[in-house]
Amino acid sequence: MLQPTLNLAPDLHAHYNELCDANGQTRPHWQGLIETLQHEEPAHMRKRIDAVLRQVRDNGVTYNVYADTDGLQRPWGLDVLPFILPHDEWQNIASALAQRATLLNAILNDIYGEQLTIKSGTLPAALVHGHAGFLRPCHGIKHINQIALHHYAVDIARAPSGQWWVLSDRTQAPTGAGYALENRTIIASAFPELFRDLKIQRLSRFFSIMRDNLAHWGRQCAAKQTESDASIMPLSSGEQPLIVILTPGPYNETYHEQSYLAGYLGFPLVQGSDLTVRNGVAWLKTISGLKPVHVILRRLDDDFCDPLELNSHSLLGVAGLTEVTRQGHVLVTNALGSNILQSGALLGFLPALCRQLLGEELSMPSVATWWCGETKALQTVITNIRELVIKPAFPHIFQHPIFGEDLNEAEIAALILKLKTHPQDYIAQESVKISQAPVLNQTSTNREHIDQRRHEETTQHILENKPEDALKSFELSSLAVGLRVYACATTNGYSVMPGGLARVASGQDERVISMQRGGTSKDTWITSPYLPNQLSLLRHTTSSRDLVRGNTYLSSRMVENLYWFGRYNVRNYHISRLLRTAIHFFMEFSAEHRAIEWPAVHKLCIWYGFMPLLDDDENIDTTDKDQNNHDDLSSEDIEDLLIKAVFSHTSNSLASNIEQFFQLAFNLRERLSSDNWRIINQMSQHFKQASLQPSLADCLLQLDDTNASLVTITGFTLDGMTRDQGWRFMSIGRRIERLQFLCALIQHALMMPAESHLEWLLQLNDSIVTYRARYSAQPEWLPMLDLMLMDENNPNSMMFQLKDLLKYLVEISATYNGGGNEGRIIVCLESLKALDPDIAFNNGSQLLASWLQETYQASVEISEQLSLRFFSYSGMHNNSTSYAANNNGVY
Amino acid sequence: MRYTVFHETKYLYNTNVTLSQQMLHMKPRNFALQQCEWYGLTISPNPNEHIERTDYFGNHSNYVAVFSPHKTLTVTSSSTVNLKPRQTISELQHSQSWETVKHLLNTQQAQHMEAIAYLFTSTNVTCRPELAAYAAPSFYANRPLIDAVYDLTQRVFKEFEFDDTATDVSTPLDEVLEGKRGVCQDFAHLMIGCLRSLGLACRYVSGYILTLPPKGKPRLIGADASHAWISVYCPIYGWIDFDPTNNCLVQNQHITVGWGRDFSDVSPMHGMVLGGGKQRLKVSVTVTPIL
Repeated sequence: MLQPTLNLAPDLHAHYNELCDANGQTRPHWQGLIETLQHEEPAHMRKRIDAVLRQVRDNGVTYNVYADTDGLQRPWGLDVLPFILPHDEWQNIASALAQRATLLNAILNDIYGEQLTIKSGTLPAALVHGHAGFLRPCHGIKHINQIALHHYAVDIARAPSGQWWVLSDRTQAPTGAGYALENRTIIASAFPELFRDLKIQRLSRFFSIMRDNLAHWGRQCAAKQTESDASIMPLSSGEQPLIVILTPGPYNETYHEQSYLAGYLGFPLVQGSDLTVRNGVAWLKTISGLKPVHVILRRLDDDFCDPLELNSHSLLGVAGLTEVTRQGHVLVTNALGSNILQSGALLGFLPALCRQLLGEELSMPSVATWWCGETKALQTVITNIRELVIKPAFPHIFQHPIFGEDLNEAEIAALILKLKTHPQDYIAQESVKISQAPVLNQTSTNREHIDQRRHEETTQHILENKPEDALKSFELSSLAVGLRVYACATTNGYSVMPGGLARVASGQDERVISMQRGGTSKDTWITSPYLPNQLSLLRHTTSSRDLVRGNTYLSSRMVENLYWFGRYNVRNYHISRLLRTAIHFFMEFSAEHRAIEWPAVHKLCIWYGFMPLLDDDENIDTTDKDQNNHDDLSSEDIEDLLIKAVFSHTSNSLASNIEQFFQLAFNLRERLSSDNWRIINQMSQHFKQASLQPSLADCLLQLDDTNASLVTITGFTLDGMTRDQGWRFMSIGRRIERLQFLCALIQHALMMPAESHLEWLLQLNDSIVTYRARYSAQPEWLPMLDLMLMDENNPNSMMFQLKDLLKYLVEISATYNGGGNEGRIIVCLESLKALDPDIAFNNGSQLLASWLQETYQASVEISEQLSLRFFSYSGMHNNSTSYAANNNGVY
Repeated sequence: MRYTVFHETKYLYNTNVTLSQQMLHMKPRNFALQQCEWYGLTISPNPNEHIERTDYFGNHSNYVAVFSPHKTLTVTSSSTVNLKPRQTISELQHSQSWETVKHLLNTQQAQHMEAIAYLFTSTNVTCRPELAAYAAPSFYANRPLIDAVYDLTQRVFKEFEFDDTATDVSTPLDEVLEGKRGVCQDFAHLMIGCLRSLGLACRYVSGYILTLPPKGKPRLIGADASHAWISVYCPIYGWIDFDPTNNCLVQNQHITVGWGRDFSDVSPMHGMVLGGGKQRLKVSVTVTPIL
């Protein structure tokens, strides 16, 4: 049984203890949880923990760390135990934070409007004019309902006295609300009875309020668009405005959260290049044309949103977006320029600003903060520097917090000099002793155990098989906890999410709470005296009228990624099989007695770029002419080239093709199931974990592994993905890639001597099983070519590719009024049918070779035309997506 | 003095540009010392969108967008400008000491609101101790502000070499200070950096200077393109302009287009194009006095 109170003797001098009062008694709102834990069967607790671990992994909850060299993503840290607050206490917190959001919004309106707070001296001018986030082009922009701050997040923590303090405000593009939602989904299902009995307040209502209000404002933008341009149709009744989430892209640290929220709220997730500005309106480029956008929920820093008027170095934004907001034709949330409030220097001035702007006292104090730009404050800071934390005053200054208590005399002197030289750039804060809450953590032995394992599955395995060990290895401890709370603007004041993201300090330095630095998180439970609203977001708002049976807003970029996802999936499948065949041929024959089939295999390897061109090759690249004759590569050369073809990171290797595929999949995250994604992720990880000097045997193992993964991925794709237009483009990609492979394969095979063994061809084309079922003898040219070319029941045959391709292209043409260019394929199909097998299906057949050449060419052209028409849609005929900035200097 | 200004900017592209969005700061603004009597802006191809507005600093800005495919974009900006006489150096002898000005800016922000915007680090100008150190010999104790700034103007002119191959629009200030060479924009940024690093308010002025010199006088540097200089805030005289490229206090040969914290606020033309391939730029400026 767990004995939580034992390890949690309250330290009265330093921290507030969330769990126990001064007498060591469990506080009432924690009692339900503690009783559950105390009466818990060990095996049952084990199951809860496993369920949480598994869900974090299965949902693919990750946090990207830019500096992380091990790979892009880190699994999200989530503690099993929730952080609990009672309803009445929460009411006070929520109303204080709603007041704070109202205040910050008023400050934003003032800074970008009359600037009375600066003129009156309440707000030092340096905090505005010296802040890189003061975007002058945004000055004077009018906001609907005077709201510039639509989403607000605030980090709060509890002082030793029990009082809550604000540590910092997030006004730019607050992150974490999606993680809070995901934490809730996972933890609520780990403690379903408790969640019900404690009557925990639901989060879904917050998101539905946010969505409804954004939609309400979106309708106003739609009306303005129609007003200024009659060719833009007004929204019909029941038609939802187009709300998009603008993401910086998959490399952003919270990309996972963005795609999760996009899915949950039903908003398309778009990148800057998916949008374009025309005639004062922001448009989404979809494969069915340009669609007017009404609301942009941005997760991009505001100055990056518009390279034309804001940061000209931004490649992520939408040129001209500022002007669209100026005209009121789109709502950007938060308003461009809201980053200005993200400054710790502001904290000390908020009480006075609150009195000036709202005529009220500020309800929740901020942690004591001094802005060194004030002479008096600087003196105070220098006198007390050992007790303070020094931080940058503005987000554009990069500097980790410096704790005065950590420094020696010389370091203190250097710090003081720095403060005196640039006083305006620094703030000092009281070093806060924040409250501690119980965390269920693994003991060190168990943790080491887990660290030895590379894959989470292995961990899973151990945990499931040894419950008695697992019991011993978990215990409670106390760690510092801060709370990030979220509010959204409504037409009627701010609404605060009942809950939030509780963030737990990492063990090493509890003074710093940061997900970047390896902290973990908790679900936050607010108890309720009322029965919670049982409706989930989707059930709450969707009626049959709103049902959507197709992706209305399929962006061109998404479709392009799907197309290439299909191609790379198949390409990698063929490459891995070809390399396996090549290695087998190489190992089975000596250098003196290469098989007569080897030249064909060799040439296929050249075709894929694994081996250098031959001198007698008619397609020889002139730049290679001075090189030696590669006709007789030594065995060592070949071995080296084959290993490189699998593992090296040059442009043609399997490893780099898998990486390409991974990147495409990463960009399609919101469309892939978590299982599918996990396989792709593992496949790519295996290449990164490969040994430094792999052997041919390593290659074979890797190829088998990769091949199996690719087959599984194909299975997911065929079974699990929605058959919408995007899926059609992916299928076209798959067919075109296989068709091109077949053309190359058969063309090279035809050059083999008549007496060649043909099994390897059937193996490579994955048709050997079918062949053996039909013909018992050794493979011969005619039946083999018939199976590989004409047999439409063979999914790897040419006929199958052509017919399938034709079907999808016809569908594309029907949907988008042309663009499929299926005519080329009809010609190829007819001429294939017209070939006389007795004449054409033989080795050395010129007739067949030229048909293959033509068909290959047709597929290349179809690919180019699809790309022109659908992938770079800009409303005009253009084939370039490269943006170039111009900026002429003066002399 | 009255002048006509003709300013043509031509972009030549290798391949078709299918979308061009440009931001212009070309129309001379009106203020106490200057009246723009006539202005004409012609753009070829004809833009599909054209929005004129006044920016945060009070300058005219024009947003233009061209959707029709083109390989050449020509922007012609013409104006007739009337300049009022400015104070001469002998009329500016009674400025407060630079320390006093610094103190006023620091303590009486409400009275000097229009100067406050120009006190801090901006996109192209980062305040640094090195810049303050460079300026220090001109700013000895209790020296009158105008006197000190004029001295700094002369030092920049003497110690830096005009070299239009040494820098481009993105060259950082450190490099200019190090290499001691650059163009008018670099010298303006350098002076702004020096003055702001000392705690003074200084702005960047974009404009033109007389193309053909009066008889017997040498042609001014930077006359065949847009020009740039600086303006320093002096509480009793207001904003006073100095041109470090031409070693002078601005009098009646400088036509102001606009001002901002640095080049990035008032660059004559910047924008984005879709397509185009390689681009070439041709700029020509002619300023003619109307007699």
